[in-house]
Amino acid sequence: MSVGDIVSVSQLTRYIKGLMEHDHILTDVWIRGEISNFKLHSRGHMYFTIKDQNSRIQAVMFAGHNRYLAFKPENGMKVLIRGEVNVYEPYGQYQLYAKEMQPDGVGSLFLAYEKLKETLQEEGLFDESRKRPIPRFPKKIAIVTSPTGAAIKDMLATLKRRYPLAQITLLPVLVQGQEAPASIVRAVNQANAANQFDTLIVGRGGGSIEELWAFNDEGVARCIAASTVPVISAVGHETDFTISDFVADLRAPTPTGAAELAVPDVAELLHSRQVLHNRLKRQMKLKIEEHQEQLKRLKRSYAFRYPLQLIRQKEQELDTQLERLQRASKRHMSDKQQQFQLIEKALQRLHPKGQIKDAQSGLKDKKLRLEKSMTQHLSRHEQRFNHVVSELNLLSPLRIMERGYSLAYTEGKEELVKSIQQVDAGQKVEVRVTDGVIYCQVEDKQSKHS
Amino acid sequence: MTKAADTTAKANEISFEEAMEQLETIVEKLEQGDVPLEEAISMFQEGMQLSKECHSKLTSVEKKMDQILHADGELEATDFQEEEE
Repeated sequence: MSVGDIVSVSQLTRYIKGLMEHDHILTDVWIRGEISNFKLHSRGHMYFTIKDQNSRIQAVMFAGHNRYLAFKPENGMKVLIRGEVNVYEPYGQYQLYAKEMQPDGVGSLFLAYEKLKETLQEEGLFDESRKRPIPRFPKKIAIVTSPTGAAIKDMLATLKRRYPLAQITLLPVLVQGQEAPASIVRAVNQANAANQFDTLIVGRGGGSIEELWAFNDEGVARCIAASTVPVISAVGHETDFTISDFVADLRAPTPTGAAELAVPDVAELLHSRQVLHNRLKRQMKLKIEEHQEQLKRLKRSYAFRYPLQLIRQKEQELDTQLERLQRASKRHMSDKQQQFQLIEKALQRLHPKGQIKDAQSGLKDKKLRLEKSMTQHLSRHEQRFNHVVSELNLLSPLRIMERGYSLAYTEGKEELVKSIQQVDAGQKVEVRVTDGVIYCQVEDKQSKHS
Repeated sequence: MTKAADTTAKANEISFEEAMEQLETIVEKLEQGDVPLEEAISMFQEGMQLSKECHSKLTSVEKKMDQILHADGELEATDFQEEEE
């Protein structure tokens, strides 16, 4: 939209709406005023006017936001409202869209409360992980509260009734007014310094938000958070939430509630002890019965009633086992024997008897062949010899003699007489013929050439 | 010292809380049922002793003197119950 343009109502309205939506004050604002023309719509939305002496503004609080209101808005009521200012386009009307609402008078306190709550929450002082368990059976309980008033009376009565075993120490403090926070802080520190308490209850009875204010004090909150003794906070009624409640280890709805949370109930304990006692006895009884039953069963058992039977049975079992053993060993033996026989046969098959026989017959054979060939050889030679001998015979001088030749030797067959020279007249000569010797005496000799 | 007497001495030393816890433990163990008989018997004896102790601790409460601890550190013995009318 620019200067000089002619625009529609809608465009103008939307332009104004845009301006408002970009204004950081209008989008989150706290307003103080008085309610009038209050209407609760059937669908849960609240429509009303907020006004002071000089001005008024239409306001709406939708069901989604008013669901958590801790009070009922009424005409004439002075309130603090947090919300945003925006345009309702159909009417061209600016109005307040309320998100939070508090009765005024406590408004500033409420804001301080919110701020402190946020700070401590960011520091992690509300974290569940910081909370310590409250002892189940405290021996010494310290109570930081006013010595007068209903709260201490209620707490004492409840503690004594439920659990008279605990010793109770009251640390009297101021629970409202300027001095209250310092007083409470001192007592909490004192209880910690005493180093003998199991549980610390800090609180007071109900009252207005201003009266409870000491328990929204930063010093008190930090001191409770720092306490080494577990703290149960018990401030006002069920609906009162103080900073002390958030930092304590346990929040009790009321002082009486704190006393109930701080101690167990003797009656309940007696009951649970009785229950345990009974369970113990029952278990023991069961255990013994169970064992007796077992014993009975054993006594009744076959073995005890028929020991002889059992022995016989065992005997038979033994026999059976022995038989099995024998059978098995026999089988084992015959297996081995068979194996042995196989091996023996194999060995016998490998005996050199055959080889010897073969060798012997071979030898015999060879001997025969040798003899045969020797005989052949000999006869061959004999033949040759005979042949040679006959040949020799043919050549023998004896044969010549047979033809009429004779051989003359000097006496004593010394020399064959081939020449006249060899003999002289009167000398004896031996003449050999085939069939003997003729002894002769030389009478004379004559040479051929003479 | 007998076992029972020993247990008594022990029970006197331990707190009520411990006695109750031990008693619970013993009962639970017995209920699981896998405890040998001798052990079960001695557990039972101990349990009964603890049970007795718990009972006497709960019923015959010795007079506890309550106190007021003043801001100046002064400790004042009192009996809150007598003030109650």
